[in-house]
Amino acid sequence: MGINRRNFIKLAGITAAVGVGGKKIMGELVDDTTGLPVVDTAQKASPLKAKRWAMVIDLKKCREKQGCTACINACHAVHNVPDLGNPKDEVKWIWKEDFEGAFPSADHKYLEEEIRNSHALVFCNHCDNPPCVRVCPTQATWRRKADGIVMMDMHRCIGCRYCVVACPYGSRSFNWRDPKPFIKEINPDYPTRMRGVVEKCNFCEERLDRGKMPACVEACPEKALVFGDLEDADSEVRKLLREHYTIRRKPSLGTNPEIYYIV
Amino acid sequence: MIEKALTGSKQYWGWVGLLLILIGIGFLTYLRQFNNGMYITGLGRDVPWGLYIAQFTFLVGVAASAVMVVLPYYLHNYKDFAKMTVLGEFLAIGSVIMCLLFVFVDIGNPIRILNMPLNPTPSSLLFWDMIVLSGYLFLNVLISQVTFSAERKGIKPPGWIKPFIIISIPWAVSIHTVTAFLYNGLAARPFWLTAILAPRFLASAFAAGPAFLVLICFLLKRFANYDVGEKALAKLGEIITYAMAINVFFVLLELFTALYSDIPEHLHHFEYLYLGIGDANFLVPWMWTSAVLSVVSLVLLLVPKFRANKGLFLLACITVIGSLWIEKGMGMVITGFVPSPLGKVVEYIPTLPEIMIVIGIWSVGFLVLTVFYKVAMAVRHQIGYK
Amino acid sequence: MYDGGKIIFGIVVFLALVTFPIWFNVAVGKTDFAPDPKIVTVGEQCMASGEYMKRKHMDMLDVWRDRVVRDGQRTFIAPDGKEYEMSLSNTCMKCHPNKTEFCDQCHNYLAVTPYCWECHIEPKETTEVANGN
Repeated sequence: MGINRRNFIKLAGITAAVGVGGKKIMGELVDDTTGLPVVDTAQKASPLKAKRWAMVIDLKKCREKQGCTACINACHAVHNVPDLGNPKDEVKWIWKEDFEGAFPSADHKYLEEEIRNSHALVFCNHCDNPPCVRVCPTQATWRRKADGIVMMDMHRCIGCRYCVVACPYGSRSFNWRDPKPFIKEINPDYPTRMRGVVEKCNFCEERLDRGKMPACVEACPEKALVFGDLEDADSEVRKLLREHYTIRRKPSLGTNPEIYYIV
Repeated sequence: MIEKALTGSKQYWGWVGLLLILIGIGFLTYLRQFNNGMYITGLGRDVPWGLYIAQFTFLVGVAASAVMVVLPYYLHNYKDFAKMTVLGEFLAIGSVIMCLLFVFVDIGNPIRILNMPLNPTPSSLLFWDMIVLSGYLFLNVLISQVTFSAERKGIKPPGWIKPFIIISIPWAVSIHTVTAFLYNGLAARPFWLTAILAPRFLASAFAAGPAFLVLICFLLKRFANYDVGEKALAKLGEIITYAMAINVFFVLLELFTALYSDIPEHLHHFEYLYLGIGDANFLVPWMWTSAVLSVVSLVLLLVPKFRANKGLFLLACITVIGSLWIEKGMGMVITGFVPSPLGKVVEYIPTLPEIMIVIGIWSVGFLVLTVFYKVAMAVRHQIGYK
Repeated sequence: MYDGGKIIFGIVVFLALVTFPIWFNVAVGKTDFAPDPKIVTVGEQCMASGEYMKRKHMDMLDVWRDRVVRDGQRTFIAPDGKEYEMSLSNTCMKCHPNKTEFCDQCHNYLAVTPYCWECHIEPKETTEVANGN
């Protein structure tokens, strides 16, 4: 079980190659909007599976490439996330948060300036004990038992925003208005949203099913984002967790977030 | 009975007409929100709940407070409340209707509202709130309907209604407890994470609700020649005094814990509430107004001489309502979001459309109350209730 | 009956207003309108019989969306054993890319407005019948 390692390496290889740059690599087309390799949907890939998906983010690598937004661009393009242009109505799945906002308890006045002034990549933590799931009155959001992904059913959401209130990480966005006019280029492979529903990162479950890594992971030129099975002792994420000191966001709240940061 | 609401003085129709106009404006504004999305409100990603939910929270309290007349009258056979009990029950009905409307307008996808009963989710407090509120509405409609029609026919209410009346008492407590749980079970919001929230809600409810009832009694005496009696009003005054004093005590307890423990994530919220953080100080004047009003109300209520004075008692009730409407409405709800879990201080200021919708819903509540009271007055005058 | 004449007059006016669309269409001569959904794809295999799809497509889509989103299943096995991806935009609309001439025909006639399209992307319309395919 766990993720197919050979597949993983193959995909990681493609990612790296794409990151470095050319438009055509290994005979694959690259989508102009997303910057990701186009995979023929007819050609069926076996889904990536895990018992517990998790991610390790190497913020050192992020700091080396300040101003890089490859992961954000890729994610938002793939998922038709609108750019509303104002912070009040903003919808975002993944973004850069200042260090203090992301890790309030790790911050202090004399912290290494490089870290203190840096930004951390944040998105849904896919908590093991998600407060958003607990409060949802319609089960429009739930934690998938098979692989731990916190899912969102935008068909069922009534837009009460209780989950937005309950999330300690600010990871959820509400569609205060119709997002469609604010999507630069619509990706026809993924739906858009209607006004009045909540959305968030879904760990690219639709891509995993088609044998693809999450868009952010694939897009990162530095391979700073590593995605894998936490339950598999040989997985890349477990290897990184063994070898580095890692922190998580607000672990004291007991939500058990599954995004780990190498600072 | 409803036909009694269709005849009335010029004054009556003027008032009803005004309410209908305000309801119309509110409804049209709501259609705008419905068709365009909630971006026309001041709400946003950092403050996702605001004026609507604040009204909801305040009014759940007013609804629950009916228990303060129902309990003495039915459980302790306190006869002086005889003419007032149905007024309290009607006030509860009007308030619950407003509560439900405020939740409804706050929902982003109202056409899917049935997803809530269709997917019952016991882990969600919103689910329980739906149950206790609709149950409370049902109980009050049933009880007031049965007891009032019995009274009209000049007979005793049937015995089977008694268990419903008794159930309605803890049920009233439950609606406000569940509403407090809506907030105080969230690890993400330290401001609300306090076990005293439910008792505080109840104390403020038992002050604001009866204060409302006092105002209504004064109005009915003036405009409908209906007198609930001095003793009943004096008793309500005592209830308001105790409840308000307890509420202020609870607020001070909260302040002590936050200020003395000095935990930043608790402290910052109170800082925002009473001092403002940087330029973000929208609530500051409101909160100090609330604080001053509550001190004034306590002085007026606690000194027996003042409370016995009709004008000052009325003023005390108005200050109680004003103070609590600010404190547990906007003060309680919005401050939970400022600063945000990411430490951002983003202010929320309600927009005009939002305010129009709020006024529209209050008007619906007042219209419901007006019609109910009109019918009750007419019937009671008819049967010579003196 | 008090004011009998007025009441009957009121009822007549009400009925006339309510049934106005019918009279109007009779007068204009549009009584025999029936929806005519066009199928532009020729020669492709159908997923299920047209009769079945006419009656059941909405239920099927309802089940599909729950299967995909909530159960994480994406493959649908048709009655003939053929596999399809459960996707409105990528499966249904591949063979029926003409929304206005296909979907909207009946939906407009029956005055139903499914809000699928508020989120799911409709393909660029190909109004030309893909003949001789």
